[in-house]
Amino acid sequence: MIEALQFDFMRNALAAGLLASVICGIMGTFVVVNRIVFLSGGIAHAAYGGIGLAFYFNWPYLPGTIGFSLFAAMVMAAISYSVKHRADTIIGVIWALGMAFGIILIDLTPGYNVDLMSYLFGSILTVPRSDLLLMTIVGVIMTILVVYYYQDLLAMSYDEEFAQIRGVPVKKLYFDLIGMLAITIVMVIQVVGLILVIALLTIPPFIVEKYANSLVQMMVASSFLGAAFTITGLWLSYHYNLTSGASIILVSGIVFLISLVADKIRAISIKKG
Amino acid sequence: MTILEIENLDFSYNGEAVLQDVNLTVRQKDFVAIIGPNGGGKTTLLKLVLGLLTPAKGTVRVDGKSPQEASSCIGYVPQNVHTNHSFPITAIDVVLMGSLDPNKRLPRRSAINRRDALAALERMEMDAHAEKKIGVLSGGQRQRVFIARALMTQPKLLLLDEPTASIDTKGQEDFYRLLEELNQDAAVLVVSHDLLVISRYVKSVACVNKKLHYHDQAEITGDMLETMYPCTVEEVCPVELVAHGLPHRVLADHERKRR
Repeated sequence: MIEALQFDFMRNALAAGLLASVICGIMGTFVVVNRIVFLSGGIAHAAYGGIGLAFYFNWPYLPGTIGFSLFAAMVMAAISYSVKHRADTIIGVIWALGMAFGIILIDLTPGYNVDLMSYLFGSILTVPRSDLLLMTIVGVIMTILVVYYYQDLLAMSYDEEFAQIRGVPVKKLYFDLIGMLAITIVMVIQVVGLILVIALLTIPPFIVEKYANSLVQMMVASSFLGAAFTITGLWLSYHYNLTSGASIILVSGIVFLISLVADKIRAISIKKG
Repeated sequence: MTILEIENLDFSYNGEAVLQDVNLTVRQKDFVAIIGPNGGGKTTLLKLVLGLLTPAKGTVRVDGKSPQEASSCIGYVPQNVHTNHSFPITAIDVVLMGSLDPNKRLPRRSAINRRDALAALERMEMDAHAEKKIGVLSGGQRQRVFIARALMTQPKLLLLDEPTASIDTKGQEDFYRLLEELNQDAAVLVVSHDLLVISRYVKSVACVNKKLHYHDQAEITGDMLETMYPCTVEEVCPVELVAHGLPHRVLADHERKRR
């Protein structure tokens, strides 16, 4: 691993992976406790429409994709907030539409054959420095917002009705949360790809949820766990010449399974003991 | 002193009347049980009092203010909070949620709040569990934590939605004794979906089925409220009470009041 770091692209890949782990650790905690994993999947796939738009109109990648994803995310947030029981269907529709829209636009883009696989499974090895800077800025802004609204976010996530009674602007906060989530997802798509975004958002928070005593603990532990997955995955991909995004998720998936089995064993031993 | 005053309240949902011409006055030392069939409008009434819904007609005043303005006067204990028992939150953090105040954004987690939260837990005999994760507590213990949260603002009105659902029969007796104690400082309003269990500590009963019929002590011997709450045969309260053990409490038929 050390020798690999002499390459510029490996250093960038590592930095991008670590940044993504922290961002996902924080946002993933909200995704898991608020049970909006499916909505996150919807945003991640609809984001492909934004990628298509960016290519077709030759916009810079990040602003174009973020703009489109924010729009799709707000539509999904509005539906999931007002008609909860229909939300999954509508999210499914937007999910498919966004993806199809993106592919058609890329078909129509003359003389440019973009590599779909790199968007599906990530292009961590080609993350430019400018994106690293942007990710850092987004990460810092997100952390400040989460710290400032921590009590409100906690109250909304735990007991929405009580939060509303106590004057927490639940509706606004929910839209803000989904908006932040959309931005996060677009960032992480570059690192592990949109298919696997959900995994990095959900696996580390899910594993640590049962051991954490507070959302902060869950966020910090998820970030560290995500970082460990990223480093291990990158090392494996370097060593065995594997796709980096897929390797990171495979490592996460294995640890996820181990943690499930460990829980089962623990539960059985508590019953016996 | 009047804590809660509901006057001529109407509420409809999708064009269908859920509550009609509801009047209710709750005073300082009152202990009221709200009972009625499912879909009869109990939960809607509760949400109106909490300010989560706005009446189509009529007024709800809590401590002379609108429910939103009076949010810190109301201690609310919901029925089911977050069924995800892995949610990373400790008992004391749940109680601290009670100090959320729309008018005071920061600092919200001062040492004073923490001391208040511990005191509230102590009152519920739950201080030993303060740092435990809420999911590992039993149903009854969790209930006490939520009451502690409701007590954080020293409410004048304590609202409980189906509070005994997760407590066994023995625990229910203790629980109602606890409520009686809390009744010293606050009016208590208990919503019960379980028509079988109405504690003897309850001082009056309100039956809600689109309309609200109020029974207080006086009504058992006489019909003082007759003129205030007239009932027609069609509007008879369909709620019956069945109880084992003593003392039984029999409420006058709504129709009997109509002479």
